[in-house]
Amino acid sequence: MSIRFSFGGDEHIFAEVSEDMSLEAFFTSLSMTNAVRAAGIKGVTEICPANASFQIKFDPDRIKPGDLLKELQSMEGAASKSDATLKTRIMEIPVLYQDPWTHETLMRFRERHQNPNATDLEYAAEVNGLGGVDDFIKAHSSQPWFVSMVGFVAGLPFLYQMVERKRQLQVPKYLRPRTDTPKLTIGHGGCFSCIYSVRGAGGYQMFGVTPMPIYDPSQKVNYLQDEMCLFKPGDIVKWKPVTRDEYDAAIEAVEENRFEPVIRAASFSLTEFNKDMAGTNAKLMEALHGR
Amino acid sequence: MAVNVITPGLSTTVQDLGRPGYYHLGIPLSGGMDRFALRAANMLVGNDEGAAVLEAVFMGPELEFTSAATVAITGGDLPPKVNGDERPTWEAFPVKAGDRLSFGYLKSGARAYIAISGGVDVPVKLGSRSTYTLGALGGHEGRALKAGDSLPLGKGAGGKGIIPANLRRQPGNPAELRMLPGLYWHRITAEAGRQFFADTWKVAPEADRIGYRFKGGTALDFVPREQPFGAGSNPSNIVDACYPYGSIQVPGGTEPIVLHRDAVSGGGYMMLGCVISADMDLIGQLQPHSPARFVEVTMDQALAARADRQAALARLRAHLGR
Repeated sequence: MSIRFSFGGDEHIFAEVSEDMSLEAFFTSLSMTNAVRAAGIKGVTEICPANASFQIKFDPDRIKPGDLLKELQSMEGAASKSDATLKTRIMEIPVLYQDPWTHETLMRFRERHQNPNATDLEYAAEVNGLGGVDDFIKAHSSQPWFVSMVGFVAGLPFLYQMVERKRQLQVPKYLRPRTDTPKLTIGHGGCFSCIYSVRGAGGYQMFGVTPMPIYDPSQKVNYLQDEMCLFKPGDIVKWKPVTRDEYDAAIEAVEENRFEPVIRAASFSLTEFNKDMAGTNAKLMEALHGR
Repeated sequence: MAVNVITPGLSTTVQDLGRPGYYHLGIPLSGGMDRFALRAANMLVGNDEGAAVLEAVFMGPELEFTSAATVAITGGDLPPKVNGDERPTWEAFPVKAGDRLSFGYLKSGARAYIAISGGVDVPVKLGSRSTYTLGALGGHEGRALKAGDSLPLGKGAGGKGIIPANLRRQPGNPAELRMLPGLYWHRITAEAGRQFFADTWKVAPEADRIGYRFKGGTALDFVPREQPFGAGSNPSNIVDACYPYGSIQVPGGTEPIVLHRDAVSGGGYMMLGCVISADMDLIGQLQPHSPARFVEVTMDQALAARADRQAALARLRAHLGR
C-alpha cells in the first residue's frame, strides 16, 4: 500500500492510504498518525486520522511544506510494517430501532430519498437483499463495529462493520442531504454507520436512536467529565437493540445522571481477526459481558 | 463591567482567533472568519490581538454598556451609532455607562467585528472563547447572542487610533480566491478543471461559518472509474476522509463549497484543492449573490501571499505604534 500525499493549501498535508475502505488501510492511517504524534515535529498543529486516510495541519511559518512532506514520507515504511494490534475498549450502545423521532424526520424528507414509499430501514433491507426490517436489524446488531474515524461534527463516530466484506451492509446516502437529523440518530451511508452526536444536517439513512449521550460540551454527564467526546478511533462498538420501555428507562437514568455505559478493556489484533473473524468477535463479546 | 444585549442582530457570536488542537475529534477551529479585521479591532481598543470580540453578520446588534469602555468596529462596513449618533468604522471611540451602541444598514462586506476594551470575558473552553454553534461549545452558552444576554467584560486600558483605507483589506469585485489545486483534483477531466477557473461563480444563500457555497458555474465532468469499496455510488463520493480548512468540495459535481472556521471535519465528498490561507479572510466578507472567481496558484505563490498578509498586519501594528 503506497500512500498518496497531497498538499491541502499551504497549511495541510492530506494523505490517502487507499481509495477503498479496509481495516488494513485504517491501521496504516492510525500507525502513521501515532508516529507523527510521537515524532513531535515542530510546526505540526493538528493530527487527524480518518477511515483510509489522514491529515496533518501545520504552520508553514515554522516548517517548510516540502520538509514536512519528506519527513512524513520517511515514516511510511515503518508504519506499514508495524504490528496492527491495539489495546482498546469495547462498548455496548443501546439502540431503539424504528423509533418515532427518526421516523417523523424521514417522513419529512421523503422527496430527497431513493424510495419515497419505504422507510430508510425498509430500503436498507431491500438493497442488501435481506428479507425485511427484522433481518436487517439482526445483521446490523449481531456483530461488532470498529470506530475508524471521529469527526464530521464534534464526537461523531464512523463505524466499520467487523464481518467479511461480502456480508458488510452497504446503503447509498440520501439523494440530497436532509437539513435535520435528530440528536443521537444511528445513521448509515456507504459501508459506514455513525451516531449523530448533535442535531443537524445529514445524508445518512436513519435506523434508530440511542438514549446514551456521546458528546457533552458542558461536561456534566458523569462519564464525559474528563473528555467531552466519548469515542476515539480504534474503539469497538456493539449495538444492543432495546425496547421502548428500556429506552425510556435509560433516558430517565441519563436525566438523573446515573446512566452507566457498559465499557470494557479489550485487545484487538488485525492478523488474528483476518484469520478468524467469528472467533475474534466471540472473544470481544466475552470481554464485553465479563464472562 | 458588562455589555447587555438589547437586540442580538441576525447571528452575533463571541469569537477570538480560534481553538486549535481538537479537529481530530470533529471540533473545528472556530474563531473570526475575517481574522485580519478581528486583530485590527483589538489593536484599536488596546487589547491583545487575540482577545474575544463580537462577530456580527449582515446586521448589527444593539448593545448597552454598564461601564465606560473603548469600542472599535472593523470588517464589513456596518456603520455604528452611539445613542443614535453615527461613529466611524476602523476607528476607536469611547462609550460611557448607559450608552447604547446600535448599527445602520450594512454598506459593504458581510461581517463586522466589535471590539471592546478588556475583551469579552466569557469562560475559556478548550483554550478559546470562540463560539462553535453546531457543537454548542464556547462563546456565550455555546450559541449566538439573544436579547437579554449580559456579557462580562475584562479590564482594559483602552486605546486610540484610526486605520486608513489603504491599510484595510477587502475582497475585490469579483472576489478573487486563490487556490492550490490538489487533494482529489485528478478525479475531474482537464477540461472541467479549465472551466472551473474560467467561470465566474456567485455566492449562494447557503453561506455561513461552516462553509460558503457557490453556484452559477459549470458542472464538473469526472474521470470515469469504478467507485471504491465504501465510498458510495456518486462519482463525487470518496471513502469519508478529513476535510482541510479552505477545502473546496463539490457534492454531485455541481456547486462548490469552501469550508471555513466552523468546518465539518470530514465527509464523503471529493475536494478540488484549498483556498490558500491568505485569502480565507476575504470569504468571510462575501455576501450572497456576490461574484467570485477561483484563481490557480502554486505553493510558492501561496507562501508569498501568506507573507504579504503578515506584512500587512505588521504595517497595521507599526501604524498604531504597537
